[in-house]
Amino acid sequence: MNWRGMLINPVLDKEFRLRMRTPRSAVALLAYVLVMGFLAMGIIYVLTSNGMGSSGRFDPTVSRMIFYVLSFAQLVMIAFMTPALTAGVISGEREKQTLGMLLTTQQSSATIILSKLVSSLSFMTLLIVATLPVYSIVFLYGGVSPKQLFVLFLFYLFVMLMLGSLGIFFSTLFKRTMIAVIVTYGVGLMIFLGTGLIYLFAMGMAQARYIPSSAQGPDYSWVGYILGLNPGGALISIFEPSFSKSAFLFSGGNMGAGAPIELWLEFIIVYSVVIVLMLWLAIRYIRPVRRRRKRSNPGGEQLG
Amino acid sequence: MIEIHNLTKIYGSFHALDEVNIQIDKGTVFGFVGPNGAGKTTTMSILATLLLPTSGTAKVGGYDVVQHPHEVRKRIGYMPDFFGVYDQFKTTEYLHFYGASYGIPRSERNKLIPQLLELVNLSDKIDSYVDSLSRGMKQRLCLARCLVHDPEVLILDEPASGLDPRARIEMREILKELKLMGKTIIISSHILPELAEMVDEIGVIEHGRMVAQGKVADIQNRLRVKRVLHIRMLDQTERFSTWLKDEAYVSQVYSDATGVHIHFSGGDLEQAELLARMISAGFQIVSFNEAQTNLEDVFLEITKGGSYE
Repeated sequence: MNWRGMLINPVLDKEFRLRMRTPRSAVALLAYVLVMGFLAMGIIYVLTSNGMGSSGRFDPTVSRMIFYVLSFAQLVMIAFMTPALTAGVISGEREKQTLGMLLTTQQSSATIILSKLVSSLSFMTLLIVATLPVYSIVFLYGGVSPKQLFVLFLFYLFVMLMLGSLGIFFSTLFKRTMIAVIVTYGVGLMIFLGTGLIYLFAMGMAQARYIPSSAQGPDYSWVGYILGLNPGGALISIFEPSFSKSAFLFSGGNMGAGAPIELWLEFIIVYSVVIVLMLWLAIRYIRPVRRRRKRSNPGGEQLG
Repeated sequence: MIEIHNLTKIYGSFHALDEVNIQIDKGTVFGFVGPNGAGKTTTMSILATLLLPTSGTAKVGGYDVVQHPHEVRKRIGYMPDFFGVYDQFKTTEYLHFYGASYGIPRSERNKLIPQLLELVNLSDKIDSYVDSLSRGMKQRLCLARCLVHDPEVLILDEPASGLDPRARIEMREILKELKLMGKTIIISSHILPELAEMVDEIGVIEHGRMVAQGKVADIQNRLRVKRVLHIRMLDQTERFSTWLKDEAYVSQVYSDATGVHIHFSGGDLEQAELLARMISAGFQIVSFNEAQTNLEDVFLEITKGGSYE
C-alpha cells in the first residue's frame, strides 16, 4: 500500500477533483479573501485613526484589538460558509441521482461520510489559509504572537468540524439540500447567537437575585456554562484567560474565586461529543438501517 | 443466482411489493415487466441493497441482501432508472472513480477502462467530459460503470428509457454481448418487443404482485390459446356482433373502425367452421385473419383483466 492510497481514498479523490473543477470554488475563494481584506482594511482604518492620533505612535493594544476583531469576523465568515459547503454533500448527490450508485460500490458508509467532510473542510481551510496575508498586516504592528495565531487556527478547525458534522448529518437526514442547509443554519444560529443571548438573559436574571454575601464558597454561577457553549465566548477565553472567570462570576462577587472550567475547554469537550454523535448518526443513516427485532429468526426461512 | 422469497415492502398502508417470489438461474436474462409504479424499481432497489424489505428475503449468489450487503454489492452491477453523472469528470476519470471505489488497482484499471469503453462504443469519447455526452452515451457509460468490477449479476432498471430508436438498438446490441459473456441480467422495461428478442424469462408484476412468470415462449403460448381474430366486412357489423354472441369459443367481441375483433378460444378446425357458418349466414366478409400476438399484447392481456390466473 503506497502513501497516496492510504491518504486519499477514491471518494476523497473524486471530491477534491470535482470541487476544484467548478468555477464556483475559485469565485468563492476570491469573494472570501476580498471580504476579509476589506474588513481588515476597514478595521485598521477605524482603530488606527484614533490610536495614532493621541500618542503619535502605534499602540500594541490597538493592534491586538485589530487581531481580535478580525478573528471574530473570520469566525462569523466560517459560520456562514461551513453550512453552505457541507449541508449539500449527501443530499446533493441524492438530488443529482448519483448517491444510489455510490452506495452500491464497496466504499463503506464511514469512508463516504468522512471523505465528504474532509474534502469540504479542506476547502474551508484553504479559504482560511488564503486570508493569512490579511493577518500578516497585524504582525507588522506587533502585539500578537504567532502562537496565538496558531491556536486560533486550531480553534477555527474545530468550529468548522462542528458545523461541518452538523451539516453532513442534516444532509444525510433530509432528502432536500434546501432543507438541510436551512436547518444547519438554524442550528448554527442557535449555537452562535442563541447561546450568547440566553447567557445574557440568564446572567441578568441571576444577577438581579444575587445578594453579595461574605459567606465562604464559590461565588460563581452555573449560568457561566451557557457561555461555554458559544464559540465567541470560547474564542475570547482563549485570548484572555481571565475571561472564563468573569463569565462565571457575578459582578460584585468574590473575584478571587477561579472559574470551574475554562470556557474553551468546556466548548471543546461538549462539541466533541456533538461531532462524534453527528458523524456516527450520519454514517448510520446514509444507508438503510436494519431495525433490530427482538424476535430474531436466525433461519430466516420461516419468516413471513 | 437470484432468489426472492415472499418479498414484501410496505410504505405506510401502501403495499409496494406483496409477497413477490422470483427465481433466476445463473446466466439467465430475466425481463421484468409491468406498468409504472408496479414495483419493478422497488424490487431492484432491494436487490441493489439500497432499500430494506419489510419482510421476506432476497439473495444474490447465496448472500442475503440484508444480512450481507457488502458481499451482494461485490456481485451486482446496478443501473438505476434515473441517474446522474459527475459532469466535471472525463469519461475515463468517471470509470476510474468507480473502479477505485470497487478496490480495483490503478494498473488494472488502466487496462480495463479502454476495453469497457470499447464494449459500449465510446472509445472515441475517451477524452471527453461526461457533460458533453448525449443521453444515449451517458446511458452506455453508466452501463460500462456497472461492469467495472466484473459483476456476475446486472440489475438494469429501464436501461433503454428515453433513448431514440438508434440508441436503443445500440443498447440492445450491448446487452446481447453481455448475455454472451454469461452474465445474469435482470432488466426492466416497458418496451416489450425489444425485450422479447433477448430475454429468456419474463416476469410480469402489477400492483406489487407477480401476475405471470416463466419462459417467454411459454407465456406467449398460454395466452395464444385465446387467439384474436380480426374480421372486416362490408356492412351489418352490429347484427354480426349479436350473431357472434351465440357462437361457442367466442369470449369477447368488440368493433372499431378497422373491423370486428374476436377473442377466440378454439383451434384451427373451429376457426374454419366459424368462417363457414359466417358465410352461410349471409355476412359479406372482406377479410378474416388471425392477429399476431406479440409480447406487447401478452402484457396488455395480462394486465388488463387485473389477474392472469
